[in-house]
Amino acid sequence: MAKGDPGASTRGRRAAPRSRKAATGDPELVQLLTPTGERIESVTGPDGTEYRVDFTDEEYRGLYRDLVLVRKLDAEATALQRQGELGIWASLLGQEAAQVGSGRALRTQDMAFPTYREHGVLYCRGIDPIMPLGLFRGVDQGGWDPNEFKFNMYTIVIGAQTLHATGYAMGVAMDGKTGTDDGEAVIAYFGDGATSQGDVNEAFVWAGVFNSPLVFFCQNNQYAISEPLERQTRIPLYRRAAGFGFPGIRVDGNDVLATYAVTRHALDNARHGQGPSLIEAYTYRMGAHTTSDDPTRYRIASEVEAWQAKDPIARMKAFLEREQIAAADFFTEVDEQARREAVDLRERVLAMPNPEPATMFDHVYPNGSPLLDEQRAQFSRYLESFEGSAH
Amino acid sequence: MSRIKEFNLPDLGEGLTEGEILAWLVKVGDTIELNQPIVEVETAKAAVEIPAKWAGQVHAIFHPEGTTVEVGTPIIAIDTDPGAGPIESSTTGAPAGDLPTPSAASLAAVEVAPAEGAVEPGLIGGPAPGGRTAVLVGYGPRTTAAKRRPRKGAAPAQATVAPAAAPVQAAPTPVQAGPAVVAAVPTVNGNGRAAGPVLAKPPVRKLAKDLGVDLGTLTGSGPLGSITREDVQRAAAAPVAAEPLTVTAPGTSAASFGADREQRIPVKGVRKLTAENMSRSAFTAPHVTEFLTVDVTRAMKALDRLRDRREWRDVRVSPLLLVAKAVLLAVKRHPMVNSTWAGDEIVVKEYVNLGIAAATERGLIVPNIKDAGRLTLRELADAMTGLVQMAKSGKTSPADMSGGTLTITNVGVFGVDTGTPILPPGESAILAFGAVREMPWVHKGKVKPRLVTTLGLSFDHRIIDGELGSKFLRDIGDFLADPEAALLAWT
Repeated sequence: MAKGDPGASTRGRRAAPRSRKAATGDPELVQLLTPTGERIESVTGPDGTEYRVDFTDEEYRGLYRDLVLVRKLDAEATALQRQGELGIWASLLGQEAAQVGSGRALRTQDMAFPTYREHGVLYCRGIDPIMPLGLFRGVDQGGWDPNEFKFNMYTIVIGAQTLHATGYAMGVAMDGKTGTDDGEAVIAYFGDGATSQGDVNEAFVWAGVFNSPLVFFCQNNQYAISEPLERQTRIPLYRRAAGFGFPGIRVDGNDVLATYAVTRHALDNARHGQGPSLIEAYTYRMGAHTTSDDPTRYRIASEVEAWQAKDPIARMKAFLEREQIAAADFFTEVDEQARREAVDLRERVLAMPNPEPATMFDHVYPNGSPLLDEQRAQFSRYLESFEGSAH
Repeated sequence: MSRIKEFNLPDLGEGLTEGEILAWLVKVGDTIELNQPIVEVETAKAAVEIPAKWAGQVHAIFHPEGTTVEVGTPIIAIDTDPGAGPIESSTTGAPAGDLPTPSAASLAAVEVAPAEGAVEPGLIGGPAPGGRTAVLVGYGPRTTAAKRRPRKGAAPAQATVAPAAAPVQAAPTPVQAGPAVVAAVPTVNGNGRAAGPVLAKPPVRKLAKDLGVDLGTLTGSGPLGSITREDVQRAAAAPVAAEPLTVTAPGTSAASFGADREQRIPVKGVRKLTAENMSRSAFTAPHVTEFLTVDVTRAMKALDRLRDRREWRDVRVSPLLLVAKAVLLAVKRHPMVNSTWAGDEIVVKEYVNLGIAAATERGLIVPNIKDAGRLTLRELADAMTGLVQMAKSGKTSPADMSGGTLTITNVGVFGVDTGTPILPPGESAILAFGAVREMPWVHKGKVKPRLVTTLGLSFDHRIIDGELGSKFLRDIGDFLADPEAALLAWT
């Protein structure tokens, strides 16, 4: 946290908080922060759970800082792709709150299984944001140790990680690591499109039947590349959970506070041995599916504009300003930090060395293999057959 | 490191080989910041803005708008230290206005096309047969010739392939003699092979199809006389020179009907989209077209009076405006024409997104006015003016072109009387508005010179019966014959 932040005791000047009961049956969102930045003190979910957060001012400012940094680094990666420095990039623009809210709700011992878009969760896990850029630059396979950071490798295959997570969660339960306050929980990230995959439905079945300590975290960003939600499902996605025998809930994925509260609750249930749950974080992909995609071909500008008004960062900023938790100098300082980190990220990406082509044979077997040695030799001869090759 | 840095067009989307420069957002001499958008490029997958890779001053722009540029080709040079004084002699320092050439170093870095036969189709990471490039997601790449670094010790012909293939091309190259063109060689089978089923494995058949080789003309060298991949490739590589048509020397009186007098224009961009839409519509929606000739003298006079009004002085008022108004009013009376055939149901829309077909330099585009039924005549006029200006400047966004529900095509501006328009996909009616001409016309019992036009309405007969279509067209005609009375009667 930055030095010079205003003091922490602010309860007195807060406006009288509202409480609200979420209507049952309706696909209503759990929301603690409205799009205009109005704070709702607590929300009671359909099953009677009361969702609330109790953050210090410093924590509120920290969440804002996370959101801004994650967005800025993502924008820099998009620019780097456009400049030919990355092969492809899947932007998280618009989904910052869903990722930071859930990412910050994880405890150190919890394990996360991401897709290829969870740059925000990766950031919250303390992984150097350069890591996924190596993967998308094609110079490595993604460089972090999943066991060290409790954050699995990015999974490109749609929905496959939900089965990996289910197996991992079953293992956690078999190891007896659940049932206490310090138990372990697992979270699996996926999108609305993945819910149509067999893998995800199989994961639901297994996790449900084995009562695994797993939170299925679906970021419903409304589009599976170009396919809109209404072609994925006839009912709200969170209600699918009922058919598999575990609870499901929809949260405003552009509300970092509500996402945190709902995820924290679901993770705590899991770590106490109360089984899996499904969270549908209702959000919107403001950018393209990846840099290879052109969203103007399948969605209209007015829809994007409507979601622009629900921006996760703008509402957090409005809240911080209204409650005088942060002032102009704080926002300037955060922007400056984001700019610095983006420049740093750019410089480090450009400095990444290209691996020798033959190194792809190096990390298959710990002690090599005759077959691979032969292939390596063949490949080297092939490379040398070109003019101007350095080999 | 030189202070002048050249930026090469990157592969913007997994396996693309080229992109078209849509618009430069900066010009030579502009000071630019890091990540400032500098150029809009359209690939087979998307139109995107490219942010500047370096801050500095734009030193040179190598390709004009509208050029298709290969990936890896320099498109812009940026002076990364413009404060350091003038630049010493440099190949990039061409006079303003001209398109300068990129430096020799950057040219050398551009991969050159290998000689015929050096391409090995079908290798992983390489081009697929026929020059296509395999991609995993997206909308499919354009068909392009495959490129690869030359092999060491290859045939001398290869060495002569100079960087001529590359970068500076002021105009788009129209003729692309790809392998598929060369390959249609009817090699006569000397063995007089008996007619019957040709033996070939499916991948070989696919290859032959891609290369344009007729399997029936080949003799198989494989087991049981089956045709192998090598047979097909050999046939595809056989020289075209043996063709008798190439005998005639240029300048002699005998006319040639060969490829030298044919132009091959790659089908892409707006042309490709138009072709796809028209074929889809023409062969899925059963069209009917009806015509109505109307005396529009009163309407033209009404337009003149409208123009004379002070509050309408700055507004562009055209006959098309009245036609649009007529259509919108007629839709209100017959909502069913504003609908979509959706297989097992008909979607009738309560809003009219009125499409106006526009001829632009890039081809036919049909932007639409959203919810036009709610607009006043003045708003409609402004919207139409804006639409046309947008289309002419090439700035029409895909959103402006999607979601149309009913379209007007103003063929009259080309001086023709009417047409049988093809429905835009998803729409059920389209009106052709012909030229307004002074014609002999029976008016109040006498033949008089009157202003007359012909309307042509095509509609989807699955939804709209002859009765409904006729009533709709009749109402449009009634309005144009006497707009004041129709307005009073209907609104």
